Amino acid sequence: MLKLEARPNPSKLWGFASPLLALVITVLIGTVIFMAMGKAPLTALSMFFWEPIKSSYALSELAVKATPLLIIALGLSVCFRSNVWNIGAEGQFVFGAICAAGVALMADATTSRWIVLAVLIAGVLGGMAWAGIAALLRDRFNANEILTSLMLVYIAVFLLTYLVSGPWKDPNGFNFPQSKTFEKVTQIPRLLDGTRMSIGLLIALAGVGALWVYLFRTFSGFQLQVGGLAPLAARYGGFSSRKALWTALMISGGAAGLAGALEVAGPVGQLTPYIPVGYGFAAIIVAFVGRLHPVGIVFAAILMSMFYIGGELAQSRLRLSKSLTGVLQGLLLFTLLACDTLIAYRVRWQR
Amino acid sequence: MNEIALLVAATFNAGTVLAIAALGLLINEKAGIVNLGAEGMMLCAAVAGFAAVVYTGNDWVGFLAGMGAGALMAAAFGVMVIWLNTNQYATGLALSLFGAGLSAFVGVGYVQAKLPPRGDYSIPFLSDIPFLGTALFKQHPLAYFALILMAAIVYFLFKSRAGLVLRSVGESPESAHALGYPVRRIRLLAVIFGGAMCGLAGAYLSVIYTPLWVQGMVAGKGWIALALTTFATWRPARVLLGAYLFGGVTMVQLALQSRGVAVSEQLLSMTPYIATIVVLALISRNPAWIRVNMPQSLGKPFYPGG
Amino acid sequence: MNSKRNLLALGLSAAVLATLVGCGKKEEPKKEAAAPAAAPAPAKPDPLKIAFAYVGPVGDGGWTFAHDNGRKAIEKEFGDKVKTSFVENVPESADAERVMRDLASQGNKLIFGTTFGYMEPMLKVAADNKGIKFEHATGYKGAENLRTYDSRTYEGAYMAGVIAGKMTKSNTLGVVGSIPIPEVIRNINSYTMGAQSVNPKIKTKVVWVGEWFNPAKETEAATALINGGADVLLQNTDSKAVLQTAEKLGKRAFGWDSDMTAYGPKAHLGSAVINWGPYYIKATREALEGKWATGATWWGVKEGAIEMVNVAEDVPADIKAKVAEIKAGLKAGTFHPWTGPIVGQDGKEVLAKGVVADDKFLGGVKFYVKGVEGKVPGAK
Repeated sequence: MLKLEARPNPSKLWGFASPLLALVITVLIGTVIFMAMGKAPLTALSMFFWEPIKSSYALSELAVKATPLLIIALGLSVCFRSNVWNIGAEGQFVFGAICAAGVALMADATTSRWIVLAVLIAGVLGGMAWAGIAALLRDRFNANEILTSLMLVYIAVFLLTYLVSGPWKDPNGFNFPQSKTFEKVTQIPRLLDGTRMSIGLLIALAGVGALWVYLFRTFSGFQLQVGGLAPLAARYGGFSSRKALWTALMISGGAAGLAGALEVAGPVGQLTPYIPVGYGFAAIIVAFVGRLHPVGIVFAAILMSMFYIGGELAQSRLRLSKSLTGVLQGLLLFTLLACDTLIAYRVRWQR
Repeated sequence: MNEIALLVAATFNAGTVLAIAALGLLINEKAGIVNLGAEGMMLCAAVAGFAAVVYTGNDWVGFLAGMGAGALMAAAFGVMVIWLNTNQYATGLALSLFGAGLSAFVGVGYVQAKLPPRGDYSIPFLSDIPFLGTALFKQHPLAYFALILMAAIVYFLFKSRAGLVLRSVGESPESAHALGYPVRRIRLLAVIFGGAMCGLAGAYLSVIYTPLWVQGMVAGKGWIALALTTFATWRPARVLLGAYLFGGVTMVQLALQSRGVAVSEQLLSMTPYIATIVVLALISRNPAWIRVNMPQSLGKPFYPGG
Repeated sequence: MNSKRNLLALGLSAAVLATLVGCGKKEEPKKEAAAPAAAPAPAKPDPLKIAFAYVGPVGDGGWTFAHDNGRKAIEKEFGDKVKTSFVENVPESADAERVMRDLASQGNKLIFGTTFGYMEPMLKVAADNKGIKFEHATGYKGAENLRTYDSRTYEGAYMAGVIAGKMTKSNTLGVVGSIPIPEVIRNINSYTMGAQSVNPKIKTKVVWVGEWFNPAKETEAATALINGGADVLLQNTDSKAVLQTAEKLGKRAFGWDSDMTAYGPKAHLGSAVINWGPYYIKATREALEGKWATGATWWGVKEGAIEMVNVAEDVPADIKAKVAEIKAGLKAGTFHPWTGPIVGQDGKEVLAKGVVADDKFLGGVKFYVKGVEGKVPGAK
């Protein structure tokens, strides 16, 4: 019978091969689906893997889609590495967006361009505050942050709907539940004319570098990991696991809030009930698919975004159902998470 | 008076979907596994159940199909998190994404389909009692099933040996393992049960409650069911009450509206979640309280012999 | 015990996934058959490429479904002179702009966006693609290559009201509302006024669900209305749940957006349908012939965009005749549902006797007429 046996050390080879194997399996299953639907599999696959990267414009849109996922997932990787289970990034994203919108709505035509900085900071602080509730409840009351952060998602979403259909509703908007369009000065600066890429991408990439340095080159990053992974060992070593808790939640909440600010003052440009589109949850998957490593997360965020965009392209060009996006994303994640087993275990034939 | 009875009846009905799903999730959480895929399982079960009724015309076949779909997806999830030690949250979320996509994909052909008409479900004699008859005894059998399920789970968890083992697996998988219990197999069974109940709830939604199939029709009920187990501090009876409360908040709000009273729906809907957080903070404060309430190993992986 | 793992696990999960995917495959032939085959390349001029961005799934059986029927009407009318495509479930978020730009980049010359929330993205994309014509449903901002269109759904609501006013036993009507924008408030008022034209005792109860599409919540709202005494319901939401609830509880209701007779044969009193086909055909013809010009279009019964279909058999003949008369009047332009005197909830006259409301007035309706209970959400 086939058995899985623990390897003495994690396999370097499978560390690289596992994502490839997962991709191959997903592609094979995808091919079967496409053929069953009577579509040329190569054309269909190119919608997901080639069209989204074939031109500089396509790449810029891919970057727009991947940026929030990347920023949130980077923050979450700090959290998860230190064993703090913040699964409410969606709520922190929403509350960050709310706070950012609050600042953006105060702007008028005469406001200085520096308001963008205030908008971003408001987003970060908002995300931190929302995550801070979970941190405080854990710290003071020992309440499980998985559950509190998840509950806070619902509360943030209701709060958003309340604000846009009540106090912050556009007075000239025919009663539609949305705020007025923000003043032009609050628009997050774009990187290139003709694209929607904003400085958010630069912030995200800087975040990748910063996280790498922090995790692997600083004592505090090391401390963070140790403090989370084994509270007892950390205490003997003189580290504070409370500090790790707060650091992790502040970083991940701030990152999610920043992503919310970039989204609301970037491509959306007003506060609407459609701000929460699940980036906070998708980013959890991105963080794990990227193995909580900054570089891995970049690839994972790009891959997830390719599926999102590919689904639309396949529908308008080939009339494939857009719901395939979810099917393929789910399949890839399942196979990847399963294939990762091969890093730590080997397959043995045994009687 | 009659209006209140009808409100109670509507709340009872609305709570049933949530109660069945949450009672199922309670079992896998008692065994230490959080399955964030509830929404995806309910969606797939909704379409599976609906399709089965379209073909067979029998509601009960639909419920079975829904349970099967939910159990199958939960099994896939369980195998991954329990044997392959994938992260529970990421895997559960992936299951939700996958389930939403798959149900939409498979369900395209059923959007225009319709189900045979049904009679009412009045219980003879009891439904003639003034007030109570209208309020309680004109429900679909599954509404009473939720009550029986709750009682059965109470008995199972707190009175039976198997329930004791299940709880010990959720409290301390290491000691359960040391005592020779097959921790992983027990966890898998618990996860499958949770999936089957989410499936039943999903099928009830598409076959009886609405009754129709359109993509995304579960509309967050799976997420509410997840919140409910916490709200109830993992007590079956409180899960049931919580389900009627969460269902009731919507019904009361709509009923008030129909009488011309405007209330802020968002602020009202928010309150159960705030209450959940407060309750959670209160019970977590005291180690003794948390021990009697919350499965200790919830969400944590278990490595036998590792 | 040591830490050996059973590979069966992997195998099992793969099998489960394969089964699930297998389930998906069975449905394919149906779907393929439903979708018209892509037009074969014609000999002479290239076909006009037309694209649609839909907010919901094509299979919602309501709003998006009705638009997709309009798209199919274009294909039927123009055959291989056009080539249509669509993207469904485009959220009213940052994604909308990307989808629009992609549709533009594919060589589509006529692009329809079928929900209000695409207004800002369409304005941006239209500004960058002057050679492409954009059509935005239900919006109010236009540009030289972006025009808006909508249908006079209130005419359907008024006809439904006439039927409801006669068929109600409790003199209480119910409306499940989505979001309190002028269009929906106008429909609630029109429904009420139609009913009052045959039965002055009519009261209307309204329940808002805050969403366009949430079948379970629509069911709950309909239940709440019926529990509150309403016995003839209308919905301004996108699913057939309200009609089905009425069927289940032995009350009456209407179909909305598309013909829903089949979903509640006993409850169904008629369907107020939107037929987007005529407008879509007109827009396509103008684009083909180079006569397209910006503007705003609001079509109703007169142009064949609104219709009351499949009126139930038990509706008395005099009411059927009255509905036919209204239709004829709307077609001839001699009848307008919003003709004064119209009295607001507070008893004050909002439209003087004999005055016909103009489109600007109709576009800004934020009040309930007398007979509607409750308050408009968000009204001061």
